[in-house]
Amino acid sequence: MQDFPHQPQDDQGPVFNEPWEAQAFALVIALHEQGLFAWSEWATVLSEQIASAQAAGDPDLGNTYYQHWLAALETISKQKKLSNEDELMKRKSQWTAAYLNTPHGKPIELSSGETS
Amino acid sequence: MPHDHHHDHDHTEPPSDLELRVKALESLLVEKGLVNPETLNRIIETYEHKVGPRNGAHVVAKAWTDPEFKQALMDDATEAVASLGYCGRQGEHLEVVENTNDTHNLVVCTLCSCYPWTVLGLPPAWYKSAPYRSRAVSDPRAVLKEFGTQLDEKSTIRTWDSTSEMRYLVLPQRPAGTENWSEQDLQQLVSRNSMIGVELARSPEQKGECDK
Repeated sequence: MQDFPHQPQDDQGPVFNEPWEAQAFALVIALHEQGLFAWSEWATVLSEQIASAQAAGDPDLGNTYYQHWLAALETISKQKKLSNEDELMKRKSQWTAAYLNTPHGKPIELSSGETS
Repeated sequence: MPHDHHHDHDHTEPPSDLELRVKALESLLVEKGLVNPETLNRIIETYEHKVGPRNGAHVVAKAWTDPEFKQALMDDATEAVASLGYCGRQGEHLEVVENTNDTHNLVVCTLCSCYPWTVLGLPPAWYKSAPYRSRAVSDPRAVLKEFGTQLDEKSTIRTWDSTSEMRYLVLPQRPAGTENWSEQDLQQLVSRNSMIGVELARSPEQKGECDK
């Protein structure tokens, strides 16, 4: 596996604190494996994201690493026209509505968040 | 059988903004055929064992060797586990259920896939499967057999149904022949599956084997 700058890890590899972090991590690896961007392109976007977060006052102790990772993933997806701001916002509200429309404990389906 | 739900709300609280952003992007990329969900699962599985079961193994091995910690763990697992630096961020409570000679504990989430991920990481695929979710309740002994776990016929199996507010961690029995072992060595006997309850802790001879 190539270099992940500043990634929280121990002697056996990367460490995740929450499932969404692993999900975001896997998305980047998968898109890269599909040839949708070069690893160097990813590293550039991620480093810029981390640098701008630090400039904005994030002490960047490792606990916010995957927030930067996710922001960088959104950025590169837009740059590469894999997605765009509009559909991301729309899809996010749809998921939020799906949660709110689903009785507790039932599986969350995206279709439950669609406005009729 | 303890099977008390708190599923009486008529909606589900949406997860964090970060989680929603990941879900939004992932579902769009999958729809467009840019990402294959199977590929994502494979990547996550590769890293899965890194997300957490070792945290749980640390908790269990400490409970085996430190009676004071064990007492604290049984009294208030959320707090005892947090004292080791493993904190839930969704405000969920953790309860530890202890295996004894008479009682074996098994954890499931019958309705979705609630899981004590602060101590165990991401749930394995079978934990989220419908057959496990139903059969852990209807025929737990058969489920254990499929995992190669044979219990004394007289022992009782208790199934604990997780919810988004309450998660369970099984405290397996300390294997025989480990009396002089250090906490660190003991950790290697504590598999993820033994903390879900589908298996027992490894014996000293099985040390170093991996979860299925």
